[in-house]
Amino acid sequence: MARILRDHRRVQTDISPQIAAPAPGRAPVTRRQQIAAGVRDSFSAGLGIFPLGIALGLLVLQAGLPAWLVPALSLSAFAGSLELLLVGMVAGTTPLAAIALTVLVVNFRHVFYAFSFPLHLVRNRLAKAYSVYAMIDEAYAVSASLPEAERSGPRLLAMQLASQSYWVGGGLVGIAIGWALPAPIKGLEFALCALFTVLTLDAFRSRDDIPSVVLAGASVTLALVLTPSVALFTALLLFVALLLARHAIIARRTTRRAARPTTGGSTTGGSTTGGSTTGGPTTGGGLTAGRDSAARCAVRETADA
Amino acid sequence: MPSTAYLAAVLAIVFAITFALRAVPFAVLRTLRTSAIVQRLAVWMPVGILGILAVTALHGAVAAEPHATLYALLAVAVTAGVHLASGRRTILSVGIGTAVYVVLVNAF
Repeated sequence: MARILRDHRRVQTDISPQIAAPAPGRAPVTRRQQIAAGVRDSFSAGLGIFPLGIALGLLVLQAGLPAWLVPALSLSAFAGSLELLLVGMVAGTTPLAAIALTVLVVNFRHVFYAFSFPLHLVRNRLAKAYSVYAMIDEAYAVSASLPEAERSGPRLLAMQLASQSYWVGGGLVGIAIGWALPAPIKGLEFALCALFTVLTLDAFRSRDDIPSVVLAGASVTLALVLTPSVALFTALLLFVALLLARHAIIARRTTRRAARPTTGGSTTGGSTTGGSTTGGPTTGGGLTAGRDSAARCAVRETADA
Repeated sequence: MPSTAYLAAVLAIVFAITFALRAVPFAVLRTLRTSAIVQRLAVWMPVGILGILAVTALHGAVAAEPHATLYALLAVAVTAGVHLASGRRTILSVGIGTAVYVVLVNAF
């Protein structure tokens, strides 16, 4: 799954056969073809979404929470890793304010997807609202990687609807498995830890990422020592604060250097996109930078349904 | 077990905040796109957030089964090893890593 999504980045310039359905260079014409293409787009994402849904169903039951919470969670928000994370917090009746802040910080990355998510293709207001609601990492990665000519509203919506059906369906299967099991399986919650480990490995792409890893490591260590009961929350806040400080330092350095012309902009471009795009120039300007950073963001958190 | 009212409040919070985070940027896209700080954060945040999630999830697993700390660390190493050795197949690496942990915790 992660591997497939990682390939999406390359797709912007060299079209991968997995995603460029139906056939390279031939865009689906009729509405029906577009919907079929959208469903096909969803398959690669579904490989990761469905098993995660099963894990959610199992975890909710094992945490002693009611089964209806599984479909309720996967419909109230379509955001996989967050929901897996919430199970433990909800089971421990974590204060609502702490839950709200966790949701805010963990899902904050979605803010960056608007840069290149093709929402303009969806005309109907209700459909537009659904498309925003279902803008998961996979939906972003798949749609942003399709060539402009092959995109369409029905195709996008079909892909999103199919993806959510995998998520909800996986959750229901998880409940069924949980009910069929004679006793809860101890240690299953480790799947979440394994998933985040794998996603971290995938997100680490180049030496440019080292400062972020160091700052995150410092944040989480401090948080575990100071506030072990709400470590995640403290760590995320510390991390964002440290990144803002890092930005301030770089900005000041850039301003100082601005005495000489043409330094500022290129420094930013180099540090954000350098080395990560394989394809070379695409469309140029700020849009490319935004799209690339958002794409990195999406690719990095691949399995978050 | 948490009350139904509490669960309903959680669902409402999760819906409202997640939807707002996804919807608001479309409205303020122009301002965001030119903001250097937003562009930098977009690049810097993911790897760090995921790393923090990985560490806190590990901490949670260890806190739940303190005697299994060694098994948890071993399973993390197996997960990472399989992932890097098998061409980064997420389902495979998560599956094997979790299986190793479940077997170790239940067998010893």
